Amino acid sequence: MAAETVKSHPYHIVDPSPWPATGTLSAFLIATGGIWFMHGGPPLLLAAGFALLIFVFYGWWRDVVKESRAGTNHTDEVAHGLRVGFLLFIASEVMFFFAFFWAYFHSSVPAINRVAHTVWPPEGIIPFDTWGLPFLNTLILLTSGATVTIAHHAVVAGDKKKLVLWTGITALLGIIFLICQAFEYSHAAFGFTDGIYPSTFFMATGFHGFHVFVGTCFLIVCFFRARAGHFTPQKHIGFEAAAWYWHFVDVVWLFLFVAVYWWGSSGYHGPMGH
Amino acid sequence: MAHGAAAGHGAHAHGEHDHHPTGWKRWVYSTNHKDIGTMYIVLSMIAALLGGLMSWYIRLELAEPGIQFIEDTQFYNVLVTAHGFLMVFFVVMPAMIGGFGNWFVPLMVGAPDMAFPRMNNISFWLTAAGLVLLVMSAFVGGGPGTGWTVYPPLSSIAYHPDAAVDFGILALHVAGAGSILGAINFIVTILNMRSPGMTMHRMPLFAWSILITAFLLLLALPVLAGALTMLLTDRNFGTHFYDPAGGGDPLLWQHLFWFFGHPEVYIIILPAFGIVSQLVSTFSRKPVFGYLGMAYAMSAIGVVGFIVWAHHMYTTGLGVNARAYFTTATLIIAVPTGIKIFSWLATMWGGSIDFKAPMLYAIGFIFLFVVGGVTGVALANAGIDFALHDTYYVVAHFHYVMAIAAIFAMFGGYYYWVGKMTGRQYNEGLAKAQFWLFFIGVNLLFFPQHFLGLAGMPRRIPDYPDVYAGWNMVSSFGALLTMLGTFMFYFIVFHTMRSGKPAEANPWGEGATTLEWTVPSPAPFHTHEVQPVISAGDHGNGGHGHGAHPRPAE
Repeated sequence: MAAETVKSHPYHIVDPSPWPATGTLSAFLIATGGIWFMHGGPPLLLAAGFALLIFVFYGWWRDVVKESRAGTNHTDEVAHGLRVGFLLFIASEVMFFFAFFWAYFHSSVPAINRVAHTVWPPEGIIPFDTWGLPFLNTLILLTSGATVTIAHHAVVAGDKKKLVLWTGITALLGIIFLICQAFEYSHAAFGFTDGIYPSTFFMATGFHGFHVFVGTCFLIVCFFRARAGHFTPQKHIGFEAAAWYWHFVDVVWLFLFVAVYWWGSSGYHGPMGH
Repeated sequence: MAHGAAAGHGAHAHGEHDHHPTGWKRWVYSTNHKDIGTMYIVLSMIAALLGGLMSWYIRLELAEPGIQFIEDTQFYNVLVTAHGFLMVFFVVMPAMIGGFGNWFVPLMVGAPDMAFPRMNNISFWLTAAGLVLLVMSAFVGGGPGTGWTVYPPLSSIAYHPDAAVDFGILALHVAGAGSILGAINFIVTILNMRSPGMTMHRMPLFAWSILITAFLLLLALPVLAGALTMLLTDRNFGTHFYDPAGGGDPLLWQHLFWFFGHPEVYIIILPAFGIVSQLVSTFSRKPVFGYLGMAYAMSAIGVVGFIVWAHHMYTTGLGVNARAYFTTATLIIAVPTGIKIFSWLATMWGGSIDFKAPMLYAIGFIFLFVVGGVTGVALANAGIDFALHDTYYVVAHFHYVMAIAAIFAMFGGYYYWVGKMTGRQYNEGLAKAQFWLFFIGVNLLFFPQHFLGLAGMPRRIPDYPDVYAGWNMVSSFGALLTMLGTFMFYFIVFHTMRSGKPAEANPWGEGATTLEWTVPSPAPFHTHEVQPVISAGDHGNGGHGHGAHPRPAE
C-alpha cells in the first residue's frame, strides 16, 4: 500500500480481511443452529457453523503466521501488544470461570448463602474418590506444566530438537488428561441432570476440560510450527501464548481439584465412586 | 504551530496517497478504525430507532389508565425487554465505545490505528449479529418477556417454553464476545500505541474513560457469559443452577447478573464522562480542572463499581449485614462522582464559555446526572429502597443517571466531532433548537415519574389506577417532545451530510487542544502515520499548549 512508503511508526497496519465477517457468519450459524438443535431440530446448521468456524480459524491464523514471518510487521512494539492482548484474554477467561466457581460456592457454603446446602455433597450424591483419578489428573497436569516450561527454556536457548520434543510431550499429556476425564465422566455415580451438585460439577470441570482441549490444539499447532522452524529465541509469541494458556488451564485445575474434588468430597463418609 | 503540524502531516502522509479499498469490501472487510467506528455509529442509529419507537409505544399505552393498544400483556413485556436490551447493548455501547471510541481514541493518543485492526472488525460484526439475533427473538413464540434482567424463574423453560429467551441469550453471548474483544483492543491500543511523549498523565480524559470502561467490560462480561451459559443449560439440558427443585437458587442468577450489571451501568456512563470532560474543557477554553483527580475518580468508580452489585437486590431477603455493607459501599461512589461534578463546574468557573450545541449538551448532561445521582443516593439506602423498589422512582432514577445522560453525551459528542468525521459542520441554530426540544422533552418525560414512583406506581405493568393518571399524561406528552427531538436529530444528521458547511480542521478554536484537531477535516483514511511528539503541556487535558510537531521521518 502507498501508505507504507511513508510509515515511520512501528505498528502494524493490517490489510482488509474476509475472516472477521466470515467468522461472524459462523458464530451466527452456531447460535441459530444451536437453538434449532436444542428445540428438537437436526444439528445441520450447528455443524455447518462449526465447520465454517474451523475454516476461519485456519485462514485467519494462517494470515497471522504469514504476516509474522514476512519479517517487518511484527516489530517489538507489535509483539508487546500481542502479548498484552493475550494476557488480557486470559484475564477474561478467569472471570468466565469465576461465574462457575461462584455457582459452586453459592450452592455449598451456608456462610455466604443462607439457602446453600448444609450437607455437601447433597444427600444421595456419591462423589469421586479424591485420591483416585482426580489426583492422577492433577499429577498429569502439573507434570505438563513442567514439560511446557522445559520447552520454553529450549526455545529461548534455540534448541529446536528439544523444543519439538517437549512441546509434543506436553500435548500428549493433555490428551492423556482428556482421556482420563472422559473415563471419569463415564463412571460418575451421578447423572448430569441429578440436581445442583452434578450441575456445578459438570459445568466447571466440563468447561475446564474444553479449555484443556483448546490448549492441547494450541500446543499441537506449536509442535508443527516448531518443527517447521517458526520459532526463534527472539521471537516465539505463538509458543509463549500457548504456554501461558496452558499454565492458566493448569491453575484453574488446581482450584477445581482443591474446591470440587477435595473439599467438595470431604463432607461425604461412604464408599466413593470411581 | 498545530495547524502547521497538520499541514505538514497532510503533505507527507496523505496528500494524493489517500488510497483505501472501495465498494462493499471497504466496509465488510474493513481494518480501518474510522470506517469501523462509522459502522458502529450507523448500527447504533438503527437500533436507537427501534428501541426509541418501542419506548414511544410504551408511553402511548401508559398515557391514560386502562388498556389503550396493547391487549397482549406478554407483548408489553417484550417491548420493555427489547427496549432495555437495544438501548444498553446496541445503542449506547456501540455509539460511545465502538463509534466514538474507535474514531477518537487512536486520533487522541496519536496512534495510527487500533492495535488489532482485524479483531476490531469482528467486534463490530459480532455486535451486528447480536442485534439480528435479538430482533429474531421477538418473532419467536411471542418473544422474550423477561425484562433486560432475565430473572429466572420467569426466564426458565417453564414460563418461556419457546426459543425466544434462547435467542436473547445467544444475542448477548455473541455481542458480548464482540465487546470483550473490543475491550482488549482498546486497552492494548491505549497502553501500547500512544505517541512518543504522550504519557498516561498527559492522555485526554476521553481516552482515560475508554481505558477504564474497557477494563470493566473485560472483567464483567465473562461473568454474564457464565451466567447466561448456566441459564441456557438450565433451560435446555436439565441442569438446576437456578432451580430450587434440584437444589439450585434463582438468587444465584441475580448475584451473577448484577455482578455484571452494575459495572455495565458504569460501562455506559464512563465514556459519557470522558466526552463531557472534552466538551467542557473545549468550550470553556480551559484545561480540565483537577485533570488527574478526574482520571483517578473514574478509576475509583470503576473499582468500587464491582463491589456494590447487591444494592439491586435489597428486597430479595438479603441479610441485614449485607444490606448495611452494600448501602455503605454504594454511598461511597458519591465521592468520586462528586469529584467529577465539581471539577466540571470548576473547569467552567472563570472560563470564556462558548454556548455552542455540544456545550449545551455537556451542561445538560451535568444537570441530568446530578438529578439522577441524587435519587441514586436515596435509593442506595436499603431502608428507603424497600419502599421504592420496582416503582417508577427507580425508572426515573436510572433513566436520568445513565440513559438520557448517556444520550446527551452522545448527542454532544456527535455535534462536537461530526465535522472531523464527515468534513461537514452541523447547523448551529438547528442543533440548539434540537437541544432545547430534547432537554424539555426528557425532563417532562422522566421528572413526573419520580412523583409516580413515590406514590407507589409499579414498573413493568401496562395498566394503573386512575389516581396516577395526571402525571402519566404529562410523562407521555414529554415522550412526544422527546420523540420529536429525536427525529429532529436524525434530520440534522441527514442535513449535515447533505448540505453542512465544510468543516475546518479545528472549528472550535483555542479551546480544542487534543490531537484530533491537528489533522484535516474530514480526517484522512490514515492518520498519525508520522506520530506526533508530545511534550509537557500539549494535547492532554493537563495542559493547554499547541506544541505538537511531527516526529521527523527517517
